[in-house]
Amino acid sequence: MHLDHNAGGRVRPEVAAVVTEWLQTTAANPSSLHEAGRRARAAIEDARAQVAALLGARPSEVVFTSGGTESNNLAVWALARPGAGLVTTAIEHHSVVAAVERAAEEGARAHLIPPGPDGRVTAADVAARVDGETVLVTVGWANGEIGSIQPISEIVDEVRCKNETTRVHTDAVQAVSQLDVDVAACDVDLLSLSAHKLGAPAGTGALIVRRGVEPGALLVGGPQERERRAGTENALGIVAFGYAAELAREERAAYHARARAIREEMWRELRERAAPVTRFGSADGLPGTLAIGFHDLRGDALAAALDLRGVAVSTGSACAASAPEPSHVLKAIGASDELALGGLRLSIGPELTPRAAREAVAVLVDVVHEARSRRASRAGASHAS
Amino acid sequence: MRPEEVAACVRDVSGRDLDRIAIGAGHVSTGARVVAAMSGGVDSAVAAALLHGAGLDVVGVSMRLGTSGARADGHRGCCSLDDFDDARRAAERLGVPHYVVDLRDVFQSKVIDRFVQSYAEGLTPNPCTLCNRDVKFDAFWDYAETIGAAAVGTGHYARIGVAEGEFALYAGEDRGKDQSYFLFTLGQEELARTLFPVGSLEKQTVRAIAEALALPVATKPESQDICFVAGERYSDFVERELSAEQRTPGAIRDGEGRELGRHDGIHQFTVGQRRGLGGGAREPRFVTAIDASTGTVQVGSRDHLNREGLVVRDVRWTGRPREGRASVRLRHRHDPVGCTVRVDGSTAHVAFDDPTKGVTPGQAAVWYDGSRVLGGGWITDA
Repeated sequence: MHLDHNAGGRVRPEVAAVVTEWLQTTAANPSSLHEAGRRARAAIEDARAQVAALLGARPSEVVFTSGGTESNNLAVWALARPGAGLVTTAIEHHSVVAAVERAAEEGARAHLIPPGPDGRVTAADVAARVDGETVLVTVGWANGEIGSIQPISEIVDEVRCKNETTRVHTDAVQAVSQLDVDVAACDVDLLSLSAHKLGAPAGTGALIVRRGVEPGALLVGGPQERERRAGTENALGIVAFGYAAELAREERAAYHARARAIREEMWRELRERAAPVTRFGSADGLPGTLAIGFHDLRGDALAAALDLRGVAVSTGSACAASAPEPSHVLKAIGASDELALGGLRLSIGPELTPRAAREAVAVLVDVVHEARSRRASRAGASHAS
Repeated sequence: MRPEEVAACVRDVSGRDLDRIAIGAGHVSTGARVVAAMSGGVDSAVAAALLHGAGLDVVGVSMRLGTSGARADGHRGCCSLDDFDDARRAAERLGVPHYVVDLRDVFQSKVIDRFVQSYAEGLTPNPCTLCNRDVKFDAFWDYAETIGAAAVGTGHYARIGVAEGEFALYAGEDRGKDQSYFLFTLGQEELARTLFPVGSLEKQTVRAIAEALALPVATKPESQDICFVAGERYSDFVERELSAEQRTPGAIRDGEGRELGRHDGIHQFTVGQRRGLGGGAREPRFVTAIDASTGTVQVGSRDHLNREGLVVRDVRWTGRPREGRASVRLRHRHDPVGCTVRVDGSTAHVAFDDPTKGVTPGQAAVWYDGSRVLGGGWITDA
C-alpha cells in the first residue's frame, strides 16, 4: 500500500506503455535533420504543448530540465546576484533552500519568512520584505511535507505593487497534480514542476519561464530549448512527461476530490483510534497530504514498522531517507521536538483506493497500539521490580 | 540468502551450531523480530548474519551518531555515508531490510558533551561506556521496541548466559577483542533484550564467516579509536570543542607543593600520564592528581601512582549486588587485579590486594568473577 505519493510513485502503466513504444520506434537525437530526428523533435513539441496546457502556459514558455531540483536551482541562480535581495520562506524544498543559501554566500541578501502554525505565509508578510533591490521572490505553491498551500496569486499582486521589476518564482512540484495551477491566471514569472510527481519516470522536469522574463541561458553549450538550457533533450522522458501532464489535466479535479475524501476519512480514523495524535497543516491544504505527529513515538520507527508490514509512508521529505534529518518544515511551524521526531506523512496518489487507505490506516493503528502497549508493559514490569 | 544457507556456511567455517552461537542464553525465541545494529563494520554484519541464520526475523538498523561526510582535514569521520552504504549492502546480501535512525542529538548531549566536560573537570572520560548505556542500549532500544523487536543484537565481543537464576554478562571468547568492560552498565532488563552473536567466536572466525558469506565488509579494517575523534588526537578534539569558561589554568606542583610550572588548562592532563617537565629532573615524572577546584596538577615519580584502592560512584550491577572478593579492571584491556568490593549506597569502595597503578578518575572500574562481569562504576577518587 503506497501512501508516499509526494515522494514519487510507480510510473503509471499508461505512461509506461508510451515509453516502451517510444523506445522501440522513435528514439533519435531531436536535433538531427533526418526523418527519425524530425519525429523526435515533433514529439518533444507535442509534449511541450501538453505540459503548457496543464498550466495555462504558452508552449514557448516551457523549458525542459532534469527535474524539480534543477528547475529550482536554476530559477534562483539565474536571477540572484551580489547585493540583490531574495525573499523566500522557511519551509521551502531543500533545492530552493540550498540554492538561496549559496546565492547568499555569494553576496545576495536573503530573507526567510517564517510561516504561521498552519504552514502558511501571507502575501503581506512576503511583500513587507521586498524592497527596491529585491530581484526574486520564491515561494512554494504547496508544501510537500505538510500540504500547506500559499496564496501565490496574492503574493504576485502585492510583490508587484512594491517593486514591479521583482520576479516571482514558485516551486509547484507538489501542487500541479492536485491543484488548479494556472500561470496566466496567477501571473507568476517562473514555475518549477517535476515529471515523476505526475506518474512519469524521474529525471525530467520543467521550468516555466513566462514571456517577457529573460533569465539568460541556464546551461550553456548548445541551442536546445531556445538557447535557454543547453544539452541534448531527454526526448524519452519528455514524451512521458507530456503524456502524464495530459492525464493529470484530465483527472486533476476528480483526483482532488477523491484524495480529499480519503484523507479526511483517514484522519477521522486516526484521531479516534490512535490518539493522542496531532495533525500538521490544515484541512484546506493539499488534498492528498496528511501530516501527523505522535509525541510519544518516533516517526522513523513507525515508518519502518509500517514498511515491514507492506505500508509505504515517509517521515517527512523522503529525499533524506537514507540519512534522515529532522524536518526543517515541522520545526518552522513550531512543532515541539517530540512531535517533530514523531512526524509521519501519509500522501495519497491517484491510484490509491479508499479500501487500501483503510487497510493502511488499520495497520498504522495496530503498529501504534502495539508500540504503546509494549512500552507500557515494560514500564509496568520495571516498576514492579 | 536463506537462513539455512547462512547456517550451513557458518557450520562449515566455525564447526559450531549456529543456534547456540546466535541466541546465546536462549532468551529470544526462534522467529522473533530482532533489530541488528549495523555499523557498517564486519563484526556487526556477521552478527546480523548469525541472527538471520538462526531463524530470527532480522531488521538491520544503522545509527547515525556523528557528523557525516568528510571533515576539513580529509578524515571521513564516523557514521559516514560510506558506512551506511556498507551496512545496507551487507543487509541486502543477507536479504534483510535495513534502515537508518538518527540519534545525533542524544549522542551529542549524552556522549560528546560529557566527554568534553569531563576533560574540563580534570577527568579522563570513557565515552564508549556512556554510549552503550545511554545510546545503544537505551535510545536505540526505544526505536527497536517501536518496530516490534524482542531484542537488539550487536557486534560486541561479550557473551550473555544464565547463572544462579539470572542473566549473566561474560567477557568475549576472544580475549584479545573482549569488550565486556564497556558493557558493565547493562542490568537484567537490558541483558534480557540483548544478543551478542559474535561474542562466542574468535575474531578470525568472524572474518572467515564474512568472507564465506561474501559480505561486502569482509575485508574492512578494524576501527580502534573513539569513533567521533577518529584520525585526530583526543587533545586536539577537546581543545577545539572546549569553551573559554570550561578552561581551568593553574600550577603544576610536586608532591611537596612546590610550583614547577604553569599550564593552560587541566583538560590537557590525565592521571598517570608521563609528563616531560624539563628542569633537569632525573626521574621521569607522572601526573598523580588533578584538583579541578584550584587547577593544580600534581606530579610525582612512578611510585606515586600506586594506590591501595579506589572509590566509584553510580555503581551498576549486571545482576544481584555481589560484594566481597572480585578482580577489578581499571581500563579496557587492563589485566584484572584482585580486590575486595564494599558497597555503600550508589558508591563502592574497592580495596586492592596489592598496591596498583592506573587509577584514573573518570574511567570505569569494572569488577569480575572470573570472566563474569559483576558490576562497576566510575572512578572518582583513589
